[in-house]
Amino acid sequence: MEGLKKSVLASLWFMFLTLPIMGVFVNTIDKSVTWHLDRVLYVGAAAFVLSYLWRFMLERKERGMKAEEQSAVEKVTLLNKLLANPKFFWPAVIAVAGFAIAFPKLFSMYQVNVMTSALIYVVLGLGLNIVVGLAGLLDLGFVAFYAVGAYSYALMNMYWGISFWVALPLGALLGALCGILLGFPVLRLRGDYLAIVTLGFGEIIRLVLENWAEFTHGPSGISNIARPEFFGLAKGFMAQINFMYYLMLVLVVFTIFVVNRLKNSRIGRAWQALREDEIACQAMGIDKMKTKLMAFSLGATWAGMVGVVFAAKTTFINPASFTFLESAIILSIVVLGGMGSILGVILGALVLILLPEYMRDFSEYRMLIFGATMVLVMVFRPQGLVRDVRKKIDISAVKKALGGVHD
Amino acid sequence: MEYFLELFFSGLTRGSIYALIALGYTMVYGIIELINFAHGEIYMIGAFVGLVVAGILTSFGFPAASIIVLASIAAIIYAAAYGYTLEKIAYRPLRDAPRLSPLISAIGMSIFLQNYVMLSQTSDFLSFPNLIPEFHFLGKFESMVGSSDFVIIVVAAVVMVALNLFIKFTRMGKAMRATAQNRKMAMLVGINVDQVISATFVIGSALAAVGGILIASHIGQINFFIGFIAGIKAFTAAVLGGIGSIPGAMLGGLILGWTESFCTGYVSSDYEDVFAFALLVLILIFRPSGLLGKAPIQKV
Repeated sequence: MEGLKKSVLASLWFMFLTLPIMGVFVNTIDKSVTWHLDRVLYVGAAAFVLSYLWRFMLERKERGMKAEEQSAVEKVTLLNKLLANPKFFWPAVIAVAGFAIAFPKLFSMYQVNVMTSALIYVVLGLGLNIVVGLAGLLDLGFVAFYAVGAYSYALMNMYWGISFWVALPLGALLGALCGILLGFPVLRLRGDYLAIVTLGFGEIIRLVLENWAEFTHGPSGISNIARPEFFGLAKGFMAQINFMYYLMLVLVVFTIFVVNRLKNSRIGRAWQALREDEIACQAMGIDKMKTKLMAFSLGATWAGMVGVVFAAKTTFINPASFTFLESAIILSIVVLGGMGSILGVILGALVLILLPEYMRDFSEYRMLIFGATMVLVMVFRPQGLVRDVRKKIDISAVKKALGGVHD
Repeated sequence: MEYFLELFFSGLTRGSIYALIALGYTMVYGIIELINFAHGEIYMIGAFVGLVVAGILTSFGFPAASIIVLASIAAIIYAAAYGYTLEKIAYRPLRDAPRLSPLISAIGMSIFLQNYVMLSQTSDFLSFPNLIPEFHFLGKFESMVGSSDFVIIVVAAVVMVALNLFIKFTRMGKAMRATAQNRKMAMLVGINVDQVISATFVIGSALAAVGGILIASHIGQINFFIGFIAGIKAFTAAVLGGIGSIPGAMLGGLILGWTESFCTGYVSSDYEDVFAFALLVLILIFRPSGLLGKAPIQKV
């Protein structure tokens, strides 16, 4: 009964809220007013149902949190258990690899193209994952480094005719350099200030690209960027597309390898520790500034490198490809996938980039759903799709292996 | 000199609007240490509600003077309602979560609200009726200060004075200051913290709506995206003055307004937004706690 009353109130409240925005459309030029009261009624009905769901989910979450507190043992999900089992893990990896390699043979050119962009986002997500997921630095201007990579190839190609293979490491280097240049002054700031400064930096880069027309061709962008050559092996349009796909695939594997190694390395553990508690970290003798700068510039390196690939893939870039929205998409890939988890970020990128692509009818609602998902994930599943599991070392097992020399 | 004064007053007008929005950021930050990323969107929604209500009233043939009053009241009520709901849905369940979580949730809310307005209204610019009546007592200053500039400056000043009095002398104002100082302690002395936080969002949102309706009728057009840039700039203003400090937000707003106005007037208008962001970056590097802010003491 109590629930019914609450739901009715919620329904009325949301009808009230949406009335002027959804229910009325005013044309100020011919001074006419159109009413869409039916839409408001739908909102009311939806709010009635959703408020039940909302309360149910909140209660469930609270119960779950209490249970976790009491049991004190970290919950291991089924997926994580399966991944830890080599009998399952290696066949799965081989199956995925086989599918990925055979992909261009199985699907049309359009699909391959879409998949290539999805892979670009996988690398971007993994790069941002170093910064946000591992080191806990919220970077809202990540797309700036992506833009630096893309423009460095486009401009160097246009002015000096530099080839893709030279530009690829150069783009990565320039990305890292920008990361250090920006990171050096701003990394002293606390989390939320850092978010705003990086956002401001992203906007500055975009505005400069837009307004410095003599150098960057302004809003109209740069076209006819050369596609990469591969010793004359990839001839023809079709082969070019397949080639870009394989190139991205190699980059993805390379990224996964590096990020995975980094994650469990000394610096990776320092990042995760810094994320949890800065003061304790400093007390343990970790150089805060150096560690953060490392995360920032390493994240930017991937963005710069993938930016070069992006410019070569589309052969046309303009500043409109590098808006804040793009940063928000990459961020939601990391958040939705599960901050810190590599598998999560890959899944997040594939879901967020491929789903809208195959649901063209919903494409207008894409960003709406994006925003709502970010809120809902934060409220109900802060750990994301795949929960990051910290590597554990069992001390007693290590002692046993050492033969119990030090007891 | 004339040109200088013109820029001075246009900067003052801009600055007043930034200050009005910045107050919402600063109040919320002062109490729950959260950058309410969706605050710019509340301002945008305030402007849209004002437009819709003004449109309906015009079609019924109401007199102009009553339209501005009723549209402003509706905008304020709706913005406050949206602010209240926003806090309840996106921030309250996350109050004890790690710091990044509510911030990401706020960004999500901002994207959601933008697209909600875009899809239910339109993605084009809508022309906004000039609600502020023309008057001519300014004499020779009229070429520098239009009547809408004048109204904006006066309204902003009045609202800010009223807010200061409210914070200083009312029961709720005192409760807000107490909660800002120490939330747990405030709870122990019997302050309903949930209520105080809600009230903060309501007041901040109402101020943003005032700013929204004033600037919309000054500029003459709105679309769903105006909240984003205005929000970031107002946040810049809040940081400039020292986030959490109410006089700081006012000062920061004015300084930012003047910086933009003079830089676009004397340097180049292409880089208007760059000046604002560059100022933000510089301030944060050299004085992270802002002009009037206090550096936080870190306790272990």
